[in-house]
Amino acid sequence: MHGFANPKRFLALASWLTPLLIVSGLVISAGALWWGLTQVAPDRLMGETVRILFLHVPAAWLGMGGWTAIALSSLVFLVWRHPLASLAARAAALPGFVFTVICLVTGSIWGRPTWGTWWVWDGRLTSMLVLAFLYLAYIALAQAAEREGVSPRIPAIFGLLGAINIPIINRSVVWWNSLHQPPSITMGKSAIDGEFLAPLLVAVIGFSLLFGGVVLARMRALLADIQAEARLRRRAMEAA
Amino acid sequence: MREALDQWDFVAAAYAVGVIGTLAMVGWAWIDMKRAEKRREESRRK
Repeated sequence: MHGFANPKRFLALASWLTPLLIVSGLVISAGALWWGLTQVAPDRLMGETVRILFLHVPAAWLGMGGWTAIALSSLVFLVWRHPLASLAARAAALPGFVFTVICLVTGSIWGRPTWGTWWVWDGRLTSMLVLAFLYLAYIALAQAAEREGVSPRIPAIFGLLGAINIPIINRSVVWWNSLHQPPSITMGKSAIDGEFLAPLLVAVIGFSLLFGGVVLARMRALLADIQAEARLRRRAMEAA
Repeated sequence: MREALDQWDFVAAAYAVGVIGTLAMVGWAWIDMKRAEKRREESRRK
């Protein structure tokens, strides 16, 4: 892991991995959505709206996965001072936030025909909304650390503390009464029929590849900005 | 019949949000990365 602390080594890997992840993610996600839209039969209870599953569930997992990545990278940054770990945490914030919003909006659209309401203030929906606000706060803190000279340890500590919300989201449908269904997929078991499960797993793989590609693209952009700024500052000091 | 049509409207709306949101994020991340790397190369040449 420490081998990739070297930006040169990271860039050599990321230069070919970024387009590979993005292109394969786009192809696999598009294939999974086409499969879910055209090849899967309507559900006995939810009818055609079951097809929203193939977008909503990957978005929910990646919304939570994004914050898990922020927390783990923040831990690595705080403990080992890994120079790219804080960049990785900042890079995971954008796709994590976007997928959390997609999860909330697609869930709301799905809720109207199945529950009869766009929104309920229950544990699952509220904790997911809290996650979206945590992302916004993290992005603001990370920008403050970059522009206003706030210590980069502050967003890293916030990233670790915010991870408390992840098990709350996961267990919310077990701990509290909810319109949202209980966990359909647990370790080694699934309550979802194989016809729906197969395209769902392909969609999760495709969107995860896209997530990884976007994280690498954000890391490359942040690293390039830092290097350009450092070079310009050095030139200005030499000229003065 | 009407029920089925209504259900497809919800599916279409959800897919529009999900697909447009994802493509916009990927496109912006790619363009921003290229812009930042171009700026780094320019700073190297100056």
